[in-house]
Amino acid sequence: MDQLQTYLIIGAVLFCLGLYGVITRRNAIAILMGVELILNSANVNFVAFARFGGMNMSGQIFALFVIIMAAAEAAVALAIIINIYHLYHSINVDEPSELKL
Amino acid sequence: MIIASLFILFLPLLAFLIQIFWGRRLPRQGDFVAIAAVGGTLVIALGMLLAILLKFDPGFQREAAFEWVNLGAFQIKLGFLIDNITVIMLVVVALISTMSHIYSTRYMGGDPLYSRYFAYLGLFTFSMNGIVLANNLLSLYIFWELVGVSSYLLIGFWFQKDSAADAGKKAFLTNRVGDLGFFIGIMLFFTAMGSFNYQDIFNGVANGQLSGIMLTLAGLGLFCGAVGKSAQVPLHIWLPDAMEGPTPVSALIHAATMVAAGVYMLVRLFPIMTPDVLIIIAYVGGFTALFAATIAITQNDIKRVLAYSTLSQLGYMVMAVGTGAYTAGFFHLVTHAMFKASLFYGAGSVIYAMHNALHKLNDHETDAQDMRNMGGFKSRMPITYWTMVVATLAISGVPFLSGFISKDAILAGTLAFAGHSPQHFLVPFFGFTAAMITPFYMLRLIYLTFHNEPRQTHIYIKIVESPRAMTVPMIVLSSLTFFAFYTLPQFNPFAGNGWFTSLVTAQDSLVTGFAVVSAHEFAEQVHHNHTLAMILSVSLAGLGILFSWLFYLKRKLSADAWAQRSGFIYRWSFHKYYIDEIYDRFIYQPFLRLTDKVGYTDWDLYDQKFIDGFGRVSEKLARLSGTIDWEGLDKMIVNGIGRFFQRSGQSLRQAQTGRLQNYLLFALLAIIVILIIQVL
Repeated sequence: MDQLQTYLIIGAVLFCLGLYGVITRRNAIAILMGVELILNSANVNFVAFARFGGMNMSGQIFALFVIIMAAAEAAVALAIIINIYHLYHSINVDEPSELKL
Repeated sequence: MIIASLFILFLPLLAFLIQIFWGRRLPRQGDFVAIAAVGGTLVIALGMLLAILLKFDPGFQREAAFEWVNLGAFQIKLGFLIDNITVIMLVVVALISTMSHIYSTRYMGGDPLYSRYFAYLGLFTFSMNGIVLANNLLSLYIFWELVGVSSYLLIGFWFQKDSAADAGKKAFLTNRVGDLGFFIGIMLFFTAMGSFNYQDIFNGVANGQLSGIMLTLAGLGLFCGAVGKSAQVPLHIWLPDAMEGPTPVSALIHAATMVAAGVYMLVRLFPIMTPDVLIIIAYVGGFTALFAATIAITQNDIKRVLAYSTLSQLGYMVMAVGTGAYTAGFFHLVTHAMFKASLFYGAGSVIYAMHNALHKLNDHETDAQDMRNMGGFKSRMPITYWTMVVATLAISGVPFLSGFISKDAILAGTLAFAGHSPQHFLVPFFGFTAAMITPFYMLRLIYLTFHNEPRQTHIYIKIVESPRAMTVPMIVLSSLTFFAFYTLPQFNPFAGNGWFTSLVTAQDSLVTGFAVVSAHEFAEQVHHNHTLAMILSVSLAGLGILFSWLFYLKRKLSADAWAQRSGFIYRWSFHKYYIDEIYDRFIYQPFLRLTDKVGYTDWDLYDQKFIDGFGRVSEKLARLSGTIDWEGLDKMIVNGIGRFFQRSGQSLRQAQTGRLQNYLLFALLAIIVILIIQVL
């Protein structure tokens, strides 16, 4: 289990799951969760390449930044979702298909 | 002098402006304004006359000019030239104008356009003074046209009469013909000398800047102007018709001043006339003198007789210029102004009395100007009669009166002229024959109007003498026919020289190669012929008077029988040699036909066929191109492009679901496709 491929496969699976979630889900929060999955798959790849590529700690640090950015993104996205809910009384992403009210 | 002449020029203009704008609102319709203005000019002019008499310098001359146009190298200066001729002419104009103004207060009294009449008189006096004072051809021409305008306005003053309106038009248009030549002459001088000033032109001619045939042409051009304005043959036709105007106007404009403007201009410009021009001038003048005199014999309208007499006397003056005795011509201009104005006032007085008589009789049919309705007025209108008799004797050339001296000077001039160029013997012949006919027709007028038994007794008994405002001008002007007014300090009625001849002296011609005679030699020749001319003219005048007396007073000879006997000659003269008819037949009618043709070409052919045809063709073309544009371009191409994008847009919008996930899916598929392509 010490192989690089193992981690890359885990990352690819995570990415596919996230992408699947983003594409198929109607619920905005579910989509957000898919996005988190995609980000985390990227994190897995960063860390794996850092660990096996002999690149000191830069991968881990990059992953940390991604986590921080994901937190910020989640905050912004949730704020948007709350606003959408206020306006449409739904968080179904098909509802706000127009850019005007 | 210059300041005084400014007053003389602008006082009548001021009167004109006041009259035309406020005349109707002033008391007496403002006639006193006009009279005060011209009276003022008369006083100033007399003062100027006194000044030149005290100086007594034949070479006296003052000139003043101001810059009118300055375009660097090109300058036009307008100004005054005052010499003895100018001053004498100013006095004549101011005197006759004042007299006409006074006379008009009664003659025109009650006219609905009374104030406008005085305004026109003021305009005329202003323009006439402008002609007299001009020191250059340009302002001469400007004022020349202005007198033409005022003459037009005054001839057609009773414009409600068609004949008066037509006469005004005729006068104006006939003058145009002459003025065309006049303008050409002026411009010939201007192009050669670059100046309008008389002195510059004289110098230019003396230096030969314009000589030979061109100078002759330019001189002929100037003479054309004189032919028009001074009504010489062949442009004389307007003057008899101009008698449609009020009689004081005829006296002022069409006898004394405006028609003399042509002569005045020739006198001014005599030194630059070439011998060829002078010969033409002499013949035209002489012919007019005789020609008009023969017409005057048969006319029955009292004013028309005077009009033809004026033509004849103007012919005399022009002839005098042509023969070289131009100072004599100017002398005759002055004396003629006095006695002819007096005669017109007399005629006006008769017409006024006739009008009043006819008015009382409620007769609107009888012609108040026809001498056949008069006769025997002598006892009813003594002042009119005697002033007219004096003036008639003056025009006839009876000794002791002014006409005798001036006419003598002219006739002596023609004899001297024929002396040095005998081939032109016709000129003195014209002069002497006219000198015989003049007393005949003038006394005919007197006899028919004033003598014998009245022809229309019912009119006769209503005739009364005219009021004082009319008789005073007649008395003043007829007393000015006394010879001594022109010959002082000499008192010999037969010598004829005095202050006038001393102050107005002939100048030598400035034309280079003027081979004829110098002014001095010519004066010698005139002097030699003086006695002969006097004897001839007095005996011829006596002959004329005798025949007139036999025909019309004693009736020893029957005028009607002689008219019958002379047949076609009488008819010719009575119909003014059919000149008007000839002009109508050979000038007006062909011209009208030509304009008809031109009009036909322009309207029916050019406008209707060509222009409208052009319009129709372009209309058709426009329709065609409109169809192509609309059907072909707009509907197919422009709308086609629209439709293409509309349709493709409609089909493509299916792809735009607005669902994020779809887009994401497409993006994913695209990436997969790109990756597959990369790998392959």
